Amino acid sequence: MTNQPTASVPFQRPWHDYLKFSTDHKVIGIQYLLMSFCFFLVAGLLAMIIRAELLTPQLDVVDRSLYNGLFTLHGTIMIFLWIFPANVGLANYLIPLMIGAKDVAFPVLNAIAFWLMPVVGVLLIGSFFLPTGAAQAGWWSYPPVSIQNPSGNFINGEFLWLLAVATSGVSSIMGGVNFVTTVWKLRAPGLTLLKMPVYVWTILSAQILQLFCLPALTGGAVMLLFDLSFGTTFFDPFNQGNPIIYQHLFWFYSHPAVYVMALPAFGVFSEILPVFARKPLFGYKTVAISSFLIAIQGTFVWVHHMFTSATPNWMRMFFMASTMLIAVPTGIKVLAWTATVWRGSLRLKTPMLFCLGGILMFLFAGITGIMLASAPFDLHVNNTYFVVGHFHYVVFGTVTMAIYGAIYFWFPKMTGRMYNEAWGKLHFALTFIGANLNFFPMHPIGLQGMLRRISSYDPEYTAWNVVASLGAFLLGMSTLPFIANMVASAFQGRRVGNNPWNSLGLEWTTPSPPPEENFEVIPTITVEPYGYDRPVDLTTEVTT
Amino acid sequence: MESGNHLPHVEPTEEQEPDNLGFGFPVFLMSESVVFLSFFVTYTILRLTNKPWFPPGVDGLDVTRGAINTLVLVTSSGAIILAEKALHRGEMKLFRLLWLATISLGIVFLFGQAAEWAGMPFGLDAGSAGGTFFLLTGFHGLHVFTGVCLLLYMYWRSLQPHNFDGGHEGVTAIALFWHFVDVIWIILFILLYLWPVN
Repeated sequence: MTNQPTASVPFQRPWHDYLKFSTDHKVIGIQYLLMSFCFFLVAGLLAMIIRAELLTPQLDVVDRSLYNGLFTLHGTIMIFLWIFPANVGLANYLIPLMIGAKDVAFPVLNAIAFWLMPVVGVLLIGSFFLPTGAAQAGWWSYPPVSIQNPSGNFINGEFLWLLAVATSGVSSIMGGVNFVTTVWKLRAPGLTLLKMPVYVWTILSAQILQLFCLPALTGGAVMLLFDLSFGTTFFDPFNQGNPIIYQHLFWFYSHPAVYVMALPAFGVFSEILPVFARKPLFGYKTVAISSFLIAIQGTFVWVHHMFTSATPNWMRMFFMASTMLIAVPTGIKVLAWTATVWRGSLRLKTPMLFCLGGILMFLFAGITGIMLASAPFDLHVNNTYFVVGHFHYVVFGTVTMAIYGAIYFWFPKMTGRMYNEAWGKLHFALTFIGANLNFFPMHPIGLQGMLRRISSYDPEYTAWNVVASLGAFLLGMSTLPFIANMVASAFQGRRVGNNPWNSLGLEWTTPSPPPEENFEVIPTITVEPYGYDRPVDLTTEVTT
Repeated sequence: MESGNHLPHVEPTEEQEPDNLGFGFPVFLMSESVVFLSFFVTYTILRLTNKPWFPPGVDGLDVTRGAINTLVLVTSSGAIILAEKALHRGEMKLFRLLWLATISLGIVFLFGQAAEWAGMPFGLDAGSAGGTFFLLTGFHGLHVFTGVCLLLYMYWRSLQPHNFDGGHEGVTAIALFWHFVDVIWIILFILLYLWPVN
């Protein structure tokens, strides 16, 4: 079945290799993906308990403190153990292949960064089993609520939460140093910055952003930990402290974190659309550079999360304007994707469906984002479900959809086998319908004033909440065809050649799955990527 | 591996590693400096918005002690620069001597810091002044301690035969780290010690 244009052969690993310590970026990438997907299921389960509670206005499924723990850990696990590591897994697998490198710059560091993540998971999920219960202060963990520690126990949910966030931060910094160095130092000959695929651009931008901003949260988390456990008063308003500082430190990272999550998704869209539209990516250079613009601008918008935190008016105005300006580089991207698809010969395979669905939901998220950027409007919907709806359209509708699309798209690369298309389309349909049913109703009830993070609500909000809960359960169900498809196809899928999509990406020039050091001969790159309008190969091999 | 052989017989990743280290390590330090920045910003805001700053009965930090510590650390930075130069000239004995001098000064600094902590009239929980003082000096001290460990490791490596044949990237990175710790201390000294009490 396989057709092998190159001399080297695909390298199939036994499945148990993925359970061992390894420094091969391809193993680490798949380890990240497998691990983060397990945590995705756990956090999704928490979300379904939350939605079960919200089916009725009364408090009937869980008690209030457990409910607080559920939404806190749902958010934390989804962000720190699903979206970040899933993106890192894809990047780990793809970046060296896309830039023509044998491996990442620091393979051992890479492996250590991965093995820190299960520790984070154990700390977070384990905190549910403490006598004090899990952290209850929301995923922002704002003081003074987060430093109260009513139980008096030294080991409490908040304590474990902070350890987990700090550990995850260490892992992310290791990853950041690794990716930036890899992209900067290990590119194949001829691969200048403006010949790199957009995915590489987005990863580079996102990781630079992460390196620059994440330490602020680390600093904030350290001080919060000291306040909680060692008697300092950095954020204690009754003892010379100032809780607003924590909010600044937290959002100085956690807003850019949104771009760290979303930029790789933009990269995935930019990779997949040209392949399935058989057209070059429209405005490649502009799209590439706009990734960097998003990273730079994204550093100066964090106070839009704090319009109601005693923020002075001049600051509100500045951050309102800077936030709205983010729409420019993101708008450039959406325009470019639209123009790429425009009049192309579309093949609506599963990865393409996920990308189109993801871009559609991203457009919606962007529109509600611009609404929220406006300070007067934000004051009105602050802490309501409108905000929750907005960011779920980003983190699920955009990022998770892109990760799904990427997994389908590169599945033949990683396994040498093809997934089942019909099951993939079913998965897409369930996911897309479920997500919109789940997250759209949050906007109207938010505008009507339903607050987030409450376990019982006014009966007037019931109808939309029932719709949202049904959507959530549908979303839960949607993972089943995905899991079945992936497991069955990984072991028994139809063997396809090295390049089943006829993609021009460099990663498809190696066998699928790639051998130990990826390339027989390190390619020399002479042309821009996405040359779907010219019948030439992207690479010319060096004769040795 | 023969010392005269210029083709290193090491794994490809290790062959790339030094070059990567020279890029990756400064990137890491940039990132690390933001943690300190977050502490400095917190300290500055708290200090500007709280009067009186120090707990009752305390009228400021011991500037002399801080100045001595500063001098020790700045001297050690100078020693490590000279050590690097000696290494580039190939004078291994001088390099080791200066490297040991750097280590000793680092340890002296840590002892000075410990003595200051022991004699402190207020503790960690003494409002913002206590918290910020111990957090900043402690976090910085942790970096000095890490630096001393790295220096000791590199000293041990310098005693191995043919150790620096592959290049001095490790030495360069550690020296850079040491300068970083030094610069952070100078900022810390200005903010914590030289900021006028009233």
